Amino acid sequence: MSIEIKTNSVEPIRQTYGHIARRFGDKPASRYQEASYDLEAKTNFHYRPLWDSEHGLNDPNRTAIRMEDWYAVTDPRQFYYGAYVGNRAKMQEAAETSFGFCEKRNLLGRLPEETQKQLLRLLVPLRHVELGANMNNSKAAGDATATTVAQMHIYQAMDRLGIGQYLSRIALMIDGSTGTSLDESKGYWMDDALWQPLRKLVEDTLVMQDWFELSLVQNVLMDGLLYPLVYEKMDQWLGEQDAEDVSMLTEFMRDWYKESLRWTNAMMKAVAADSEANRELLQTWIDHWEPRVYDALKPLAEASTGIEALDETRAQLATRLKKFGLNSQGVSA
Amino acid sequence: MPVKNKKLNLKDKYQYLTRDMAWEPSYQKKEDIFPNESFEGIKITDWSQWEDPFRLTMDAYWKYQAEKEKKLYAIFDAFAQNNGHQNISDARYVNALKLFLTGVSPLEHAAFQGYARVGRDFSGAGARVACQMQAIDELRHSQTQQHAMSHYNKHFNGLHDAAHMHDRVWFLSVPKSFFDDARTAGPFEFLTAISFSFEYVLTNLLFVPFMSGAAYNGDMATVTFGFSAQSDEARHMTLGLEVIKFILEQHEDNVPIVQRWIDKWFWRGFRLLSLVGMMMDYMLPNRVMSWAEAWEVYYEQNGGALFKDLERYGIRPPKYQDVANDAKNHVSHQAWATFYQYGHATNFHTWMPEKDELDWLSQKYPETFDKYYRPRFEYWAKEHAEGRRFYNNTLPQLCQVCQIPTIFTEKDDPTVLSHRQIVHEGERYHFCSDGCCDIFKDEPEKYVQAWLPVHQIYQGNCEGGDVETVVSKYYHINIGEDNFEYIGSPDHKRWLSIKGKQSDDKESGSSQDAA
Repeated sequence: MSIEIKTNSVEPIRQTYGHIARRFGDKPASRYQEASYDLEAKTNFHYRPLWDSEHGLNDPNRTAIRMEDWYAVTDPRQFYYGAYVGNRAKMQEAAETSFGFCEKRNLLGRLPEETQKQLLRLLVPLRHVELGANMNNSKAAGDATATTVAQMHIYQAMDRLGIGQYLSRIALMIDGSTGTSLDESKGYWMDDALWQPLRKLVEDTLVMQDWFELSLVQNVLMDGLLYPLVYEKMDQWLGEQDAEDVSMLTEFMRDWYKESLRWTNAMMKAVAADSEANRELLQTWIDHWEPRVYDALKPLAEASTGIEALDETRAQLATRLKKFGLNSQGVSA
Repeated sequence: MPVKNKKLNLKDKYQYLTRDMAWEPSYQKKEDIFPNESFEGIKITDWSQWEDPFRLTMDAYWKYQAEKEKKLYAIFDAFAQNNGHQNISDARYVNALKLFLTGVSPLEHAAFQGYARVGRDFSGAGARVACQMQAIDELRHSQTQQHAMSHYNKHFNGLHDAAHMHDRVWFLSVPKSFFDDARTAGPFEFLTAISFSFEYVLTNLLFVPFMSGAAYNGDMATVTFGFSAQSDEARHMTLGLEVIKFILEQHEDNVPIVQRWIDKWFWRGFRLLSLVGMMMDYMLPNRVMSWAEAWEVYYEQNGGALFKDLERYGIRPPKYQDVANDAKNHVSHQAWATFYQYGHATNFHTWMPEKDELDWLSQKYPETFDKYYRPRFEYWAKEHAEGRRFYNNTLPQLCQVCQIPTIFTEKDDPTVLSHRQIVHEGERYHFCSDGCCDIFKDEPEKYVQAWLPVHQIYQGNCEGGDVETVVSKYYHINIGEDNFEYIGSPDHKRWLSIKGKQSDDKESGSSQDAA
């Protein structure tokens, strides 16, 4: 049996907006399409920026990468704002359960002091790296022209702020919300020799001008070595140091990184494939930055997982870059 | 820093979760990391004095915003499924949406880009985070507006190419140049312009009239968007007030700079709002309130109280406020008269108000409407009835700053057009007012760059020398569908058929050959 509700059907005069129809034909469009294509101003800008007289507003020349059409870079997750916050709301719900569980049972407060110190020295300072990533992605969001590209970067910027906040809450759980552990941890970031190469690298990224080079360094090279090292290898190592409960509190980061690979890979693929000149430029940037990222992470690996773990993640990154016709110094697996 | 070993209060905890993640750099110079922070001359002595205008961590942000989005999209789906466009007050209302989608929605996207940039520019991390949240909110508004109006686009004309038109169409250079002006300014001026002058002082005169108009005219999709965006807007307004107080408290040398920006952005905002005034008085079949009433409540009263509050910082009310207050009885009529004449070059329809609507205007504007405007409108209605719908085929002279045709009148004499001109480096520039002329004089090197649509057409930069070619080829306005008189338009006919009425062919504009 089926029931049939009679509705007053009306024939539409068009299926979607003209700028969407020019790309995909006049057929019903997805929410992602109507939210993401050709919304930004493209021409007839009135004034040149006082803060950058070399460029106009929405100037594609803010990166040396040239694309026939920047809208060739799209998001495989099909995130427009509503889809993005919906997804993150679910992820944060799971994270909240874990944080609540740990807090209720005081799982971190009960850890041996030595283990707590290791967390504050080796894990929590990464909140500062996250803030750097937040700033770098906000810059890319402001400089990128196509909405498909700009929106992925603002989502990434806000994600990094959120991850920095989760890392901070680990310290607040250790110190019983007094902030003393965060102060201690920040001291390591500022002065401990272990962190200085990485802090220098982050500060170096903060003065980069080319937003695509910046996105490559931040979201592909730095994250590409740091996330597997910290949230896979070091996570295991921490477990061996009796801090396996922390795993629960970094699950968000593991899920998040796995998901972020989808858009960063799609972006790399589209940009590298667009022209040989792009591919060569990406290669130049990788040759310059990848060894620096590796060196900056060495002390952290040496102090925790051992250097082999970092070499393994380096090889994984090399394998990944190979798919886009790019090489890095990691020995490809 | 708080006393140790004591539980953090909410304020300090939020600071640990935001600005405390920042650090004093030592491998790179601070001025290289934040190169745009000083060139405007604003002096910030201590960023730690920044008061977070709201305390929203990302997990809470995701959660609240996702709940709002879920509700909003449920309404959009229901609206489309039930053909909600058939339940609006009258199809003339949709023309307000056409103005909104082409004039305002692209500004939301520009705001996203602008806030993402200043969300990187400040060395104060608290301010950066607040700006970034506004950036992603503005992206939200830009996208949800596309979705809210998507269904209308399927059933009415003129909504089909908003971003393309925003870059080109003559009257859309008014909102576009406004935002380009703010985005090309430094980060502190951007926030004074958009967060303070626009979001804090004038939002109730821009955002609210459109959303209230939607509520009064049965537009469930748009009004639901409006309600959903309200809490975002409240956050943006709080940021606007915090920004201005923070800058003023930091250093006394900031006061004259901020005063100049307030003068400038008040006047630019006031001019931009002429379009909203016209929408409120003429384009809403069910009227919310008159433009003059809105101006009295939201600017004269609320703005008055605000500037009283800012007096202690040495800030006075904006220059030429008296001219703006006086103009509340004129601008909407002058703007509608202009759009009526140039209705062949707009993506929305124009019409003369019906008798009861003229009576409403007479009642709301007792000092001005009958004396200066009603006779003209009745004459045009009569001309139209006799088959001579009036269109003006001479392109108007635009103001070099606000880019509105120089249609406004002198404060002391509404029968005299207000016009100013100056010669700068051998070129003569024209303005609608002292307000716009002063803005030019402060930064001539900026405003000489303006892309003035009329000049561009005459210079042959718009794919043709005649209006018809420009309108159809360059603007993507479909002639005979999107433009001209409302009576007899395809939108009008479609509406009559929805309502089960025959279109009266005698009524259909016999002079649709204007261009």
